[in-house]
Amino acid sequence: MADNALTDLTIAEARERLDRGEVSARELAEAHIAAIEGARALNAFVTETPERAIADAEASDARRRRGESGALEGIPLGIKDLFCTEGVMSTAASGILDGFVPTYESTVSANLFAAGAVMLGKLNLDEFAMGSSNETSHFGPVENPWRRQGDNRALVPGGSSGGSGAAVAGRLCLGATGTDTGGSIRQPAAFCGVVGAKPTYGRCSRWGIVAFASSLDQAGPMARSVRDTALMLGAMAGFDPKDSTSVDIDVPDFEATLEDGVAGLKVGIPAEYSLDETPDDIRALWDEGIAWLRDAGAEPVEVSLPHTAFALPAYHLIAPAEASSNLARYDGVRYGQRVEGEDLIDTYARTRGAGFGAEVRRRILIGTYALSAGYYDAYYLKAQKVRTLVARDFERAFESCDFLLTPTCPSDAFAIGEKSDDPIAMYLNDVLTVPASLAGLPAMSVPAGLSGGGLPLGLQIVARAFDEETMFRAARAIEKAAAFDARPEPRG
Amino acid sequence: MSLIEGRSGAWETVIGLEVHAQVVSESKLFSGASTAFGGEANAQVSLVDAAMPGMLPVVNEYCVEQAVRTGLGLGAEINPVSVFDRKNYFYPDLPQGYQISQYSQPIVGRGAVEIALEDGTQRTVRILRLHLEQDAGKSLHDRDPRRTWVDLNRAGVALMEIVTEPDMRSPDEAAAFMAKLRTILRYLGTCDGNMQEGSLRADVNVSVRRPGGALGTRCEIKNLNSIRFIRQAAAYEAGRQVEIIEGGGSIEQETRLFDTDRGVTRPMRTKEEEHDYRYFPDPDLLPLELTRDYVDRIAADLPELPDAKKARFVRELGLSDEDAEVLVADRDNAEYFEAVAEGRDAKAAANWVIHDLFGALNRSGLAIGEAPVGAAHLGGLIDLIAAGTISGRIAKDVFQAMFETGRDARSIVEERGLEQVSDTGEIEAVVDGILAEREDMVAEYRSGKTKLLGFFVGQAMKATGGKANPKTVNEILRAKLDS
Amino acid sequence: MAVDTDTVRRIAMLARLNVPEDELDGLAGELNKILDWMDLLNGADTDGVAPMTAVKPMPLRQRADAVTEGGIAEDLVANAPEAAGAFFAVPKVIE
Ligand SMILES: [Mg+2]
Ligand SMILES: [Zn+2]
Repeated sequence: MADNALTDLTIAEARERLDRGEVSARELAEAHIAAIEGARALNAFVTETPERAIADAEASDARRRRGESGALEGIPLGIKDLFCTEGVMSTAASGILDGFVPTYESTVSANLFAAGAVMLGKLNLDEFAMGSSNETSHFGPVENPWRRQGDNRALVPGGSSGGSGAAVAGRLCLGATGTDTGGSIRQPAAFCGVVGAKPTYGRCSRWGIVAFASSLDQAGPMARSVRDTALMLGAMAGFDPKDSTSVDIDVPDFEATLEDGVAGLKVGIPAEYSLDETPDDIRALWDEGIAWLRDAGAEPVEVSLPHTAFALPAYHLIAPAEASSNLARYDGVRYGQRVEGEDLIDTYARTRGAGFGAEVRRRILIGTYALSAGYYDAYYLKAQKVRTLVARDFERAFESCDFLLTPTCPSDAFAIGEKSDDPIAMYLNDVLTVPASLAGLPAMSVPAGLSGGGLPLGLQIVARAFDEETMFRAARAIEKAAAFDARPEPRG
Repeated sequence: MSLIEGRSGAWETVIGLEVHAQVVSESKLFSGASTAFGGEANAQVSLVDAAMPGMLPVVNEYCVEQAVRTGLGLGAEINPVSVFDRKNYFYPDLPQGYQISQYSQPIVGRGAVEIALEDGTQRTVRILRLHLEQDAGKSLHDRDPRRTWVDLNRAGVALMEIVTEPDMRSPDEAAAFMAKLRTILRYLGTCDGNMQEGSLRADVNVSVRRPGGALGTRCEIKNLNSIRFIRQAAAYEAGRQVEIIEGGGSIEQETRLFDTDRGVTRPMRTKEEEHDYRYFPDPDLLPLELTRDYVDRIAADLPELPDAKKARFVRELGLSDEDAEVLVADRDNAEYFEAVAEGRDAKAAANWVIHDLFGALNRSGLAIGEAPVGAAHLGGLIDLIAAGTISGRIAKDVFQAMFETGRDARSIVEERGLEQVSDTGEIEAVVDGILAEREDMVAEYRSGKTKLLGFFVGQAMKATGGKANPKTVNEILRAKLDS
Repeated sequence: MAVDTDTVRRIAMLARLNVPEDELDGLAGELNKILDWMDLLNGADTDGVAPMTAVKPMPLRQRADAVTEGGIAEDLVANAPEAAGAFFAVPKVIE
């Protein structure tokens, strides 16, 4: 079918075809709208916006005819439903925001649309981005398009950007936005066999993105090639005076240096990322990755990140503490759902008790407890100090190397329902992604091979703050060497 | 110090204040919405103020500067690093579910304010800290029988919370402190001091103890928006506490409201649940760092403050302590006075401003800014007296006319022919007439009752319609009577 | 540090979160498990370590004092569960 050819393109390929006039933005949009309709079983979208997509595409085609093409002119994207989009319901996959239609557009999505992107709809996620499996969504779990060999159980796509991962892997969009607080771009990218990049904290504006943990949240791209994520990030990133934590430095042309290779660079291999529980296939892939980089001219060096073991518990104090405060605004007064009670306090408690799902309630309680009188020093403050130590570890490591290579996750995708009873087992999914989040460093996952069960596995690149260029170069080197071309069976 | 005489002996009142002063600025502390008073419901509210999902605060540089200016005006330390924290609690007029405030690291540290009491004694009230924070919105409870309405126009307006040590020892001292603080804020231009509109309000912490003894348990009376209410509420509350303790009870620490109609305090009806504000640094903001240079530049620009101005009026202009105190109590008054006194007799200027101008303004209910007699006009009047063109007595009438018409002194004097008569011949004729008419009193005078001179002067002035130069009248009378 | 059902009830109240009585016990157990896990942090020596404030040390950016927003009352109440004209409306509060 001709449409398949269109949905299989990378963004860079689609851009060339559009530039040459071989395809129109409208045709691209239509092919994806059809693919989305055919893959509703994945539950990747909370809201589909086909009419908006067609209108965007027609406007894009008109701009192209006038010679006014942006960097993503005519490229159909999915937007994680954590981004507020003007006139389109934005829910954070929470019942408490069901029906909320913002009158404003997030800076990052506005940047993408200003670059010519076409919006296909809003992608499912873990409620308020709290989760690693997309099972906490008010709108139900997302299915990973992949299946384990010889096992027909539906698998999780990872989380929280699970809808984004599934939609990109399932050829429902050419690229998608994600957000990453402790691994929410990288882990679903790894589980779904796509590329996902989290830039340095401060690189992308947080304005208009529903906040989970303010000191950690960063937007980033998910797509099917390193090049695609580089060019998407170029459009998403930039200084925003409306975000006090946005950093006012130039956004380099990430695509321009993409093919510069890794010859002469030192790749750090952190000893502490080798966990007892790490399965053999992941260990083997990591070794292979090191070999690929050596072959490409990089020099592997052992580095130590001694506070790695403290990163995950520190993260699980800081993130819920900030979330407990960030989510206080969902009180049923100005927007969202309200459950009327006997009085105001009761109305608040009922609204929030009913509007938030179990995982969000659990994290609000943990965070509230961690900040409450008598515990602040022992928990929150302690965790923020540990965070300083984790960041120092990286600084020291980067004295002897230019980037780090690690596995993205300690496992491949698991079945829906398999880990939902044990919060800590679920939290361990992020053990390899959280440290870079705490340090605010740029990090990305590249699909590099298949697990013993035939599921995609990712390798993680971590770079110095604001050195996304090296991150993309290293990721591109892995991508070339891995030549990962496996893809999920079409479903739906 | 004024003590309360209880049945069991004397009690001392101990008062500390937490003052909320709205910062004078165009826009809010963390958003670009207007701070103007009295707009349509929710018209001065940005997406940030309404805490819409994904909204972020960006601090207003002018509000920071105003806080620093105020700190300097209170003689306080300016902290080179301060931190914005979140104070978490739920209330419908607090849209974020937290107030952005400053907790462990405020922008301004310790300072002091001197207050002068009625009896002339001075006291120092120590300032513990000043921090920046967001104001809340307004809940309207009386518009609908079953609903509270919420207007967020005020939500996010910058406040300075100024906290004192418990250094005040009577309701009068608390009132004097508040008046003095308001004066300083107005001099600095950092808060308009308008208590009716809520720009300046105080929580008053009151406790009682045996004079000089250990501090008692305090109660906090919330949100008093006039100096009179501060005095009344503190007095009532101290009396209430003495009564309880002398009745064998004990004071429970609580938050109370002042019923302005009945003049009593009562506990807040909302159940005071356990306060646990879960303060933590706002992760949407970074620490606020101020350089020495920045602080110095603001310090260099500070206006002369009331204490310094008063000292100068006494030292350089020779005013009495009391007159100087009255004049500096309000920046506009002081500036008016200085304009009048410029190049003139300062004492005469002070007399005219304090007694005549303030009296007339009071009677007509006008503020100094609305005075029909400008400083230049009043100065012109004083000049006419000094030049001997009119008498002091006539000057009072001229002033009255000036106040009524807004015209200058000279034109009124000329139009009404009020110039002083100094022509000796003219005055001599009048004096002769009076002495001839009252020969009896002339005899009395000559027999030693020289006090009658005043009577003759009065008669002469009356006969000339007040226009005769009193000095000339005196001279002529003396010459004739004593000869 | 053991969290009991009373503590869960108290923090749920602080967080304005309705938690059914029959869930308190289970939640207390879960929170204890998570908090026990957090005790791992005590193994990190943080003496003299400052809490992290920014990835890239930078001054707090400040904006000019200008009125640039407002006049969107209709937009603001558009999503409100209950409004009275341009006001938000909530169950009556007694002070
Ligand atoms: Mg108070
Ligand atoms: Zn306050």
